[in-house]
Amino acid sequence: MSERHSRETATEITGFILEETTTLGLRELSSACAVQAEHIIALVEEGVIEPVSYRRRKWQFTGASLTRARRAVALQRDLGLNIEGAALALDLIDELDRLRSRLRAIDPGS
Amino acid sequence: MKYKDYYKIMGVARDATQDEIKRAYRKLARKYHPDVSKEADAETRFKEVGEAYEVLKDPEKRAAYDQLGADWKAGQDFRPPPDWDAGFEFSGGGFTGGDASAFSDFFESLFGGRGMGGGMGGGMGAGTGGFRQARGGGFSARGEDHRAKILIDLEDAFEGASRSISLTAPSVDKEGHVRTRQRTLNVRIPKGIRPGQHIRLAGQGTPGIGGGSAGDLYLEVEFRPHRLYRVDGADLHLDLPLAPWEAALGAKVKVPTPQGAVDLTIPPNTAAGRKLRLQGRGLPGKNPGDLYATVRIEAPPADTEDEKAAYRRFADQFDFDPRSRMAGRGTEAGR
Repeated sequence: MSERHSRETATEITGFILEETTTLGLRELSSACAVQAEHIIALVEEGVIEPVSYRRRKWQFTGASLTRARRAVALQRDLGLNIEGAALALDLIDELDRLRSRLRAIDPGS
Repeated sequence: MKYKDYYKIMGVARDATQDEIKRAYRKLARKYHPDVSKEADAETRFKEVGEAYEVLKDPEKRAAYDQLGADWKAGQDFRPPPDWDAGFEFSGGGFTGGDASAFSDFFESLFGGRGMGGGMGGGMGAGTGGFRQARGGGFSARGEDHRAKILIDLEDAFEGASRSISLTAPSVDKEGHVRTRQRTLNVRIPKGIRPGQHIRLAGQGTPGIGGGSAGDLYLEVEFRPHRLYRVDGADLHLDLPLAPWEAALGAKVKVPTPQGAVDLTIPPNTAAGRKLRLQGRGLPGKNPGDLYATVRIEAPPADTEDEKAAYRRFADQFDFDPRSRMAGRGTEAGR
């Protein structure tokens, strides 16, 4: 088998914290979630994610919205959920994360 | 290559109906979905279940798989019989179950066209043709996103850290063969990162197919448990043991923080469980967190005669019942 297409590359990349530094437009966000823009608009209408700016032509989203949107899309696709179901699941997952984090702060053995 | 028992993975009988298979998949997908599950091997299990479902939900692929026979055991060394798929025409329904690039060698050898290359030129290829065409031919798709978890130490969040990450990504060459490509990325993790946050490296996922753009790489950051501190969002929590006299009389004690020890004034009559806040001593960032020291009172053991005498004097001096609030209705409140 030819090794033409296998190569080893080592690159130094500086990471940025998605939740804090990124802002994305509608097109970037839909491309990062691999869905049509209509899907993102539906997520906004359902209140799953909120643009920082509300003027439709200049919607800007934070990195935290990207994480949420990707999760919503994955849940819809993998579990066959509709958008309302994915929204509910996301809220419950957030709540669970908060509680788990609080629990770990109290009881390190958890 | 190891044989995979897709029925066992899905927990269904070999003669399960398509409905039963779908139900089993949904249940397992909910249980192991990486966005939902906290089980350590959730991601692996989820992929395994997705792969099994990819085969069993499709009557054509299922029939071809069934034809291998029921005598194989999971994990057994497996090599597909030379003409195992003769007479099957995979219409190439495409992958629907998410991260197809993560399917096993076993799956690839049966349905992916890999392994058909070396030494089997000529007349081969008819069986998997449809599928291979769908992957290699005139069709473009965005590459898959990659997700990886990285573990860092609490100290790394204060100073930043570098992590080396190895990624194995399949790529498709001009002849349609799938090849594995190893890449190593050295990623600088910025200081101020918090548990559960992500680092996104745009374009560092799987390369696109047929001119499609590359996927992205997402690194989810988790912290290793720390000997002293527990993390809640940006805040740190620490247990602060005090001697009974320090808590009662007040004291100045040294408290460790990740940026070095600080002097903390303990007010007189500090009760166990009280939280003392050290503002801005939590995780760094635009809005730095706080450090909370939770007071624990540790009484020394009374081993020597002098120590026992000290405790007795102590008892004589106090009119104190630590269980006074336990007394319920209808009983005397112990004093």
